[in-house]
Amino acid sequence: MEILVCVKRVPDTAENEFELNSSGNDLDRDDLVYSVNEWDNYAVEEAIQIVDKVGGSVTVITVGDDESEEVLRREMAMGANHGILLTDDAFEGSDGKGIATILKAEVEKGSYDLILSGAQADEGAGQVGGMLAAMLDMPYASLVNKIEPGDGKIVVGREIEGGNQEMNEMDLPCVLSIQTGINEPRYVGIRGIRKVASVEIPEKSASDLGIDAASVGSEGALTKRVDYFVPDLGDGAEMLEGSTDEIIEKLIEKLKAKGGL
Amino acid sequence: MTSIVGPASFKFFGIFPAAILSFILPIIGIGLFTYIMARRIAPLVRANPDSRFDQIGKRIVNLAFIWLGQVRQPRYMLAGVLHIVIFAGFLVLSIRSTSLVVIGFSDGFVLPGFGGLFGDVYNFLKDYAATGVLVSCIIAAIRRGIFKPKRYAVPEKLGKDHTAEAVFVLGIISTLMISESLFEASEIAYAFQLTGQEYFLAPLSLVWIFKGMLSSVPQNILQGLHIFMYYVHDLAFFFFLCFLPMGKHFHVITSVFNVFFSRVEKGNIKPVMYGVSDEGLDDLDSFGVKTLEDFTWKHMLDFYSCADCGRCSDQCPANAVGRPLSPRFITIKARDLMFKNYPMSGEIYKSGLIVEDIYTEDEIWSCTTCGACEEECPLAIEYIDKIVDLRRGMVDEGMVPQSLQKPLKALEKRGNPYGKMEKKRADWWAKDKEFKARLDIKDLGKKTADTLYFVDSITSYDDNIQEIARKTSIILDHAGVDFGILGKLEKDSGNEVIRFGEEMLWQDLRDQNTDAILETGVKQIVTADPHAYNALKNDYKGLPGVKHISQVVAEKIKNGDLELKPCQSPDEVYVYHDPCYLGRHNGVYEDPRAALDAIDGLTRVELEKSRDRSFCCGGGGLMLFYEPEEETRMGVLRVNMAAEAGATVIVTACPFCLVNIQDAIKVTGKEGEMEVLDFTELIEQHLV
Repeated sequence: MEILVCVKRVPDTAENEFELNSSGNDLDRDDLVYSVNEWDNYAVEEAIQIVDKVGGSVTVITVGDDESEEVLRREMAMGANHGILLTDDAFEGSDGKGIATILKAEVEKGSYDLILSGAQADEGAGQVGGMLAAMLDMPYASLVNKIEPGDGKIVVGREIEGGNQEMNEMDLPCVLSIQTGINEPRYVGIRGIRKVASVEIPEKSASDLGIDAASVGSEGALTKRVDYFVPDLGDGAEMLEGSTDEIIEKLIEKLKAKGGL
Repeated sequence: MTSIVGPASFKFFGIFPAAILSFILPIIGIGLFTYIMARRIAPLVRANPDSRFDQIGKRIVNLAFIWLGQVRQPRYMLAGVLHIVIFAGFLVLSIRSTSLVVIGFSDGFVLPGFGGLFGDVYNFLKDYAATGVLVSCIIAAIRRGIFKPKRYAVPEKLGKDHTAEAVFVLGIISTLMISESLFEASEIAYAFQLTGQEYFLAPLSLVWIFKGMLSSVPQNILQGLHIFMYYVHDLAFFFFLCFLPMGKHFHVITSVFNVFFSRVEKGNIKPVMYGVSDEGLDDLDSFGVKTLEDFTWKHMLDFYSCADCGRCSDQCPANAVGRPLSPRFITIKARDLMFKNYPMSGEIYKSGLIVEDIYTEDEIWSCTTCGACEEECPLAIEYIDKIVDLRRGMVDEGMVPQSLQKPLKALEKRGNPYGKMEKKRADWWAKDKEFKARLDIKDLGKKTADTLYFVDSITSYDDNIQEIARKTSIILDHAGVDFGILGKLEKDSGNEVIRFGEEMLWQDLRDQNTDAILETGVKQIVTADPHAYNALKNDYKGLPGVKHISQVVAEKIKNGDLELKPCQSPDEVYVYHDPCYLGRHNGVYEDPRAALDAIDGLTRVELEKSRDRSFCCGGGGLMLFYEPEEETRMGVLRVNMAAEAGATVIVTACPFCLVNIQDAIKVTGKEGEMEVLDFTELIEQHLV
């Protein structure tokens, strides 16, 4: 099975302390460390496991600048066979539709049986998977937490609100966006990354992909970010103090007072 | 007939010369033994290299103390003393057994030098040796077979009980002792009956007793007994020799080599591959131990040498809290695999991925590398290097639990496991206005000083532990030490990074720290974190000398640079808990105690498990992030031990011990009755 996994380079929430920049429309990105979006990492692990089971190859793809190559290498160190970097100044400022448009152009150049993306990205809107499927006119499932590959078909499980599980049969090729927890991604160490350091990663620009530069980037964006801020802290939280028994007593009192008991 | 006929001149049924049998038996025995040993050596030849031929002087010292002197045996008194008697008996009797083999085809053979007085003294001693061994075997058999000490039990899923083998071997040894003594006693009784001449025999020895019993037995029976006992001994001897390599008694043969080749340095970790430089590591196809043959030959020799005495697991804190790790079975399972994959005949089997085959991932991650097992092993078997090599293999295969992946990634990106910003590494000083006003701490990125205070990650970033950094600085300042810190240039010391098998990340951290430290031009390094102390001292190369703060304090008290007030809380009972990386791995036991004892009026008790038998509180560094399967916490057991010792304040000298014991005091509900203090906190309280 030929699998394409769309990944994104994002500031790592675990290793950063976010502050706004001086103009207040974005994060202060000077001191940030980046890594691959967590959901995408699960998608790559899942793709590798499928290929281990039924054969084929895994390609990872990203839209970004030169530095995005780092996340492709990390995923290749994990076990992805190929990487593709879609990069062009014209891509800068793309909204979800723009990214999906760029990805679609490359997807159409290959022949993939399965296209995976993360369910969402740390700083994204969870749009690209669905838009890409629509543009490609392929079946789509979101929040996938189980995949059973079959012949020409695939069975996917989806996590439903309230902890329920749904199973769907879909024709291939299709697009799936992957939920965290679908597997346990393997560890990638520095040694693994060094091993793939010299593997060639092709870079493709708007003209390579045959994309009209005006349809993507900030120019082609249909949505525009107008503000970015950290909400003010509300005063909803209250710490109960005292011994365990006292805390329990106070809690019961409060619950009673608010009609909770 | 003037004397009894020995096996060399005896003729079976009056025709067949016994000498032929006496000659053939050793040939068959030695031939078979040689074949068995060749099969046993086969895996060692295929194993990874190991560097064990250096530092011969230290190796001879180990041999003299651990092997010949059996110094670790009495740590378990009864078993230890029994073993010493049997071991010493074997050494003495090995000479007698050798000459007995030759006596079988050469009458009256005496080894060169054993003719005169020396021979008489030897005979006297060997009679007691045989007696001692027999008595010890009987006691040991009763102990193993009837009382069955708990530490020998084998959990059902890990295979069969080894008691039968143990008692069987004690039986063979007893047979050797009895047959040797009867062989000699029958000859002496015969001669006594014939000539009335008395030989001097060691009183109350086996020979002495048997001789008395045989004094009136008819001569033809004595003659028969003499020959019969010779062959009983001969057969038992060669059977024993060939049986040894089949199980846990292989140590009788391998122990001398195992101890000689055992580790001579403490606290360090073996390189990924002996003979491959750091630069050459990128060319290796694989890292660490993935299959059986990835172990080094010495580590395989360890597996062969285990006597299954269970002391390692009896001391192992992971085993004590019910984690899926028992060092004894790390060895036994590997030995069973070696025996299975390298059978006595037929083809050698291919080994699979060892972590799936005989070990589990959780088992290998459960080790805190505290070193209690290695400290205890009477055969000097190593565990930490093996665990690290297994982890290197797992890291290389991507088999790392999610709980450890996050801190490892943070270490890669930010140089600390918490993912905190580098520029905030000195916030324990810079963001504490009151403290900053009191003490100016030099940033050695900009200024110079004699001494570097290496803070390390937990003390730099953990709100609760930052106090150790402030106290340490106050003490250093008070003692007149000209010191500074690396600030944002400092990275995690990596003590646990190398021990958790992330070799390349460790080398990155080491190189960054080494460059930053050498750049400062300091003359010495001081740290309050034993894990940093250990890494900087034993794993880094080419750094200035490293001291733990307790060593600095003890030294300054001794030469009068530091004076301490009388105990501020004289009603408390203090106990010192030895951190593994200060005590066992680096031998710093006395300095912290000396500093505590320099506080007038401070009442200090000792834990039963202290110094080199200290009990790990739960592990440090990355171990804080690992989520083990366990029934209770190590810290909880430790706090209970302190309570039993009658202590109200546990003093430790390690930030990780502090965290673990603080948590354990809460878990045990001992808040209010028990308190834990870091060494620096106690000393700072008592600065004049």
